[in-house]
Amino acid sequence: MAPTLEVRNINKHFRDPVDLHVLKDVNMRVDRGEFVSITGKSGCGKSTLLYILSTMDTDYEGELRIDGEATRHAGAARLARIRNEKIGFVFQFHYLLPEFTVLHNVMLPGLKLGLKSGPEVEHRAMELLKDLGIADQALKKANQVSGGQKQRVAIARALINDPLIIMGDEPTGNLDSQNTEIVFDIFRRIADEHRRSLLIVTHDPDFAKRTDRIIVMDDGRVVG
Amino acid sequence: MRLLVSIALTLLRAKLRQSIVAAGGVTFSIAMFVALLGFMNGLNQLLDGLILNRTPHIRLFNELHISPQQPVDLAAIAPGDTAAYNFIRSVKPKDDLPRLRNANAIMGALEHDPRVRSVTPRLVAQVLFNVGTTDLTGQVFGIDVMKEVQYYMFQDYLVAGDPYDIATGNNTIVLGKGLADLMAARIGDLVQVTTATGDRTMLRVAGFFQSGIAEYDKVQSYANIKTVQKLLQRPASYYTDINVKLHDLNAAPAMARELAVRFRVQATDIQTANAQFETGSDVRSIISYAVGIVLLIVAGFGIYNILNMIIYEKLDTIAILKATGFNGSDVRRIFLLLSMIIGVVGAAGGLVLGITLQHIIDNVPFNTAALPTVTTFPVDYNAKYYLIAVSFALATTWVAGFFPARKAAHVDPVEIIRGK
Repeated sequence: MAPTLEVRNINKHFRDPVDLHVLKDVNMRVDRGEFVSITGKSGCGKSTLLYILSTMDTDYEGELRIDGEATRHAGAARLARIRNEKIGFVFQFHYLLPEFTVLHNVMLPGLKLGLKSGPEVEHRAMELLKDLGIADQALKKANQVSGGQKQRVAIARALINDPLIIMGDEPTGNLDSQNTEIVFDIFRRIADEHRRSLLIVTHDPDFAKRTDRIIVMDDGRVVG
Repeated sequence: MRLLVSIALTLLRAKLRQSIVAAGGVTFSIAMFVALLGFMNGLNQLLDGLILNRTPHIRLFNELHISPQQPVDLAAIAPGDTAAYNFIRSVKPKDDLPRLRNANAIMGALEHDPRVRSVTPRLVAQVLFNVGTTDLTGQVFGIDVMKEVQYYMFQDYLVAGDPYDIATGNNTIVLGKGLADLMAARIGDLVQVTTATGDRTMLRVAGFFQSGIAEYDKVQSYANIKTVQKLLQRPASYYTDINVKLHDLNAAPAMARELAVRFRVQATDIQTANAQFETGSDVRSIISYAVGIVLLIVAGFGIYNILNMIIYEKLDTIAILKATGFNGSDVRRIFLLLSMIIGVVGAAGGLVLGITLQHIIDNVPFNTAALPTVTTFPVDYNAKYYLIAVSFALATTWVAGFFPARKAAHVDPVEIIRGK
């Protein structure tokens, strides 16, 4: 079975305003069901790496394979499909669509994928919300729920299409310790019970310590 | 696609006020366009109708004129005799009647011509109306009343009297309003008419007409063609004019030349006789189209601005949509849809408002002595203007939406998400 995610010799430069070599020969892989965290100092390139892995940033050199598929030369539409189907994303600042209800926010990627009918997607979304303990918030507008709840909505949205991997950019960076605990437990369950991979960028050493594997980055390189 | 529509609608609801302002711009411009063009063209038709309705496209007649070839020219001058010429001075026309020869045959031929819509004969008689001891000069037009009603809107200018009475009545006459006032004649009165040859006849006044051109109304009168033939003591085939209406007005000049040669008569066409009317109508149309289209373009800029603003405010939303698997062309379609929804709603509202405005204009009183049958402002309810307005509005909103939507499609989600 191909690894969920694999990169070889990734290099990236920021060229504006001056040439800055932010990622230097990065090699790594994430296997099925693995809960991996990436840590490192601010500016070491960990978020930059994550956005390349998420296929949203295509300006890099090297090779990226997701579920065995090389993405280096895939078109924008194919990459969008990969993000939709195989990657779930959780950001630091929730990033829900404020115009839509909580339920709709969770449903949108599922409707976009189009493999299930509307009612089926809705049913699945309600299940996820129930599982994460926020079913009672389903019909509220996304900007009417609390910060911790928003992050759980974002996790539900990331899970709607049963992705291979969940990526998180400091998903607990903005939460108090209680909510951080809740989110960590959810992630743990996703990895153990559902055999999904997780790749979480974090500043929090306690959070990182409890994951399966820690990737430490420094100055654009993987150092441990 | 349904998903994209529902996303567009949700975004629209979130920015309801701006969307309504944008749609309002389209509504206003479409309403103005429709009302303006309907009104302008109604006015055009009214003014053109003043002349064009009553003017035949081709008029065939026979003017008395001196024969260009005099008998003496036929007398052979010996071939090669270059010294001999005929000089004839003060030639007078032959004593002939100003009638069309073979009028019935000409009419028969024209009626079978596929280009011709109608053929109506006329008989014009110069007369004197005797009022007490004075005489007023005038003309009596002998007309085929029912055909004139059908093709030349005769009834529109009849301010009193019934066209059927005139068609069937014997020795009845319809006087111009100005002429009737001069003679102080009322309906039912008898007026005495003297022809150029001195014959006198009493005619009963059966109606009045008002053409809108006062000079005409002081000298003209109408009677049915049999009455005028009797007045002049001429046979039933005696006509001075044949008026022709064509299916295609623009074919008139060429056809007039053709008929003149074919029937050996004089023929004038409407373009030569009334060239200035076309010009006036065209200029008015161009001005109203220009104003209408400028309004629509301004509305387009409004949509463009508002859409740009919405996209700027919704950068986060666009970034999230892209991060969760919507691609650039989905995002472009969402915003293009947004623009088109604004355009369609605005256009529908504009049509309703425009047609309402047309009806309001149509009910504004407008009385003028020149136009007896017109009591309110004229409006042309031609569906053509609705179609032009709507298609132009949709095209404008599409273009106005296209560029902001393309910008939205190119938003880089990483930049937005990391920039926070």
